Order: sequence, then C-alpha cells, then structure tokens
Amino acid sequence: MIDLGTHAGFILAAYGLTVLIVLGLVAWILLDGRAQRRRLRDLEARGVRRRSAARGGRSR
Amino acid sequence: MALLDLANPTRFMTLSGRLLPWFWAVTAAVLGVGLYLALFVAPPDYQQGETVKIMFIHVPAAWLAMFGYGLMAVSALGTLVWRHPLADVAAKATAPVGAAFTLVALVTGSLWGKPMWGTWWEWDARLTSVLVLFLMYLGLIALWNAIEDPNKAGRVAAVLILVGSVNLPIIKFSVDWWNTLHQGASVFRMGGSTIDASLLYPLLICAVGATFLFLTLSLMAMRNEILRRRIRALQLVAVASAPGAGA
Repeated sequence: MIDLGTHAGFILAAYGLTVLIVLGLVAWILLDGRAQRRRLRDLEARGVRRRSAARGGRSR
Repeated sequence: MALLDLANPTRFMTLSGRLLPWFWAVTAAVLGVGLYLALFVAPPDYQQGETVKIMFIHVPAAWLAMFGYGLMAVSALGTLVWRHPLADVAAKATAPVGAAFTLVALVTGSLWGKPMWGTWWEWDARLTSVLVLFLMYLGLIALWNAIEDPNKAGRVAAVLILVGSVNLPIIKFSVDWWNTLHQGASVFRMGGSTIDASLLYPLLICAVGATFLFLTLSLMAMRNEILRRRIRALQLVAVASAPGAGA
C-alpha cells in the first residue's frame, strides 16, 4: 500500500471524484445510446423507413 | 477512405463502430500504464510531497477541457463555413464530454489548492476563466436542448461557440497577463519543461491516455447524436405519411 502522507484525504478525494464523474459520463452515454437504438428499432418495427431506404438504399 | 467520405453519417457509423473497440483498448492500456507510473513509480515532489499525484489527473483534465472547446470551435467553423453534415453533430457531442473534463479540472484543482495554497477557491484569472469555460459548456448544452430544429440550433450554437472561443487564449495566458495564485506554465514553455523527467513522463502518458478517453467518449456521443437525428427524421416521415397529413 502506498503511503500518501498527511494529505492522503485530498489525493483520494481527487481520484475518487474523478472516477465518479467519468463513470457517470460513460453510463450516461451508454444509456443514451441504448435508448436511441431502442427508439429506432420501434420506429422501424412500425414500418417507418427513410425515403432513401424506401427507394432501396441501405440503412444501418 | 477520403476524409470527405466521413461526411456521410452512414459511413461514419460504420467506421466509428469498427474503431471504437480499438480506441477503448488503447485508452485502457495507455491510461493504465500512466496511472501505474503516476501512483506507484513517480516520486513525491520535493515541495508538495505526495499531493503532486493530483497533478496526473488535474493537468490532463485541464488540457482536455480546452482541447474539447477547441474541437468545438473547429466544428463550429465546419457548420457555418463548410456546412459539413457532421460538424454540428461533433460539436454537440463533444460539449458534455468537455464539460465533464472541465468539472474534473475544477474539482481536482480545488482539492489540490486547499493543502498547497490554503484555500479551496480563489477568484484569480486562471480559476475564474476555467469556471467561465465550464459555464459556457453548460450554456451551450442548454441551448442545443432549447431549440427543437437541430439545423437552427446548430447554427446558433456555432456562432456562440466562436464568440466564446476568445476565452481559450485568456485561459492559456491568464497566468502571464495577470498576477495569479495559479502557477505559470511548467510543461509547454519557452526554454523547456520545469518538471523533472520522473514526473513529466508519467504526466504525458496520463495525458495521452486521457485524450484517447476523451476521443472515445466523444465518438460514442456522436454516434448517439446521429441516431437521435435519424429518429427525428423518421418521426417527421411518419407524421407526413400519416392519414390526413397535408389535407
């Protein structure tokens, strides 16, 4: 275990809060991506297609 | 693949989908090595002791806070001048990532300042200009969400981004132009870095890893934004083709 000295609390708080902020950002982006893909699937399941796709274009 | 090919969102989705696992792998590897060197190998600073370990997250976060806004400024030019279809997508997707890294810089700076300066916060030019950067990120996010039409929102946001980019040189040179509590530049400066190599190399490796993390998250957020706009387009098609539409 590394010795962080007398200011260990500040160092641990800095790393801990950074991890918290970054994990929060990653979770938000992942959840947003999942929500968008689900909405897109729902629309496509209802038969709604882009005009280009309806003309035979490829859709991803 | 030519750069212009990426103007096609479908091609961008394909390419970014292939690149993302590699970006995550590079991020994990470089950031892992950097943090290992920072936490277990780098010696304590002769004045600051172990609190110098906060530098390995604070400095890359502060660099990337400015880098993110710089990317948004280039994207804003892409929106207004070249009308690149992905430029506004890139700017909008980068904003929350930039805001998060700016928040990390502010929080870790405060936690570093208390034991070293004896204060959590000082209204000096560097700290205040970075706080303004954070507020600008939040304002832009609010603006994009307040205007329903993404094209109109993109143009308005692009103008605001370019106006706000005047803050970047203010942040960079604030420590030279004004008498600040925050120290002057110590890595990229005329005459070379003032940081010892035993601390400098772990810092640079952490910065490269954090940059990959920033780019990876921005890429993911761009993909989400493309899907959001695709959904909006489909909803407009659904409304237009609904029975009674246009009657």
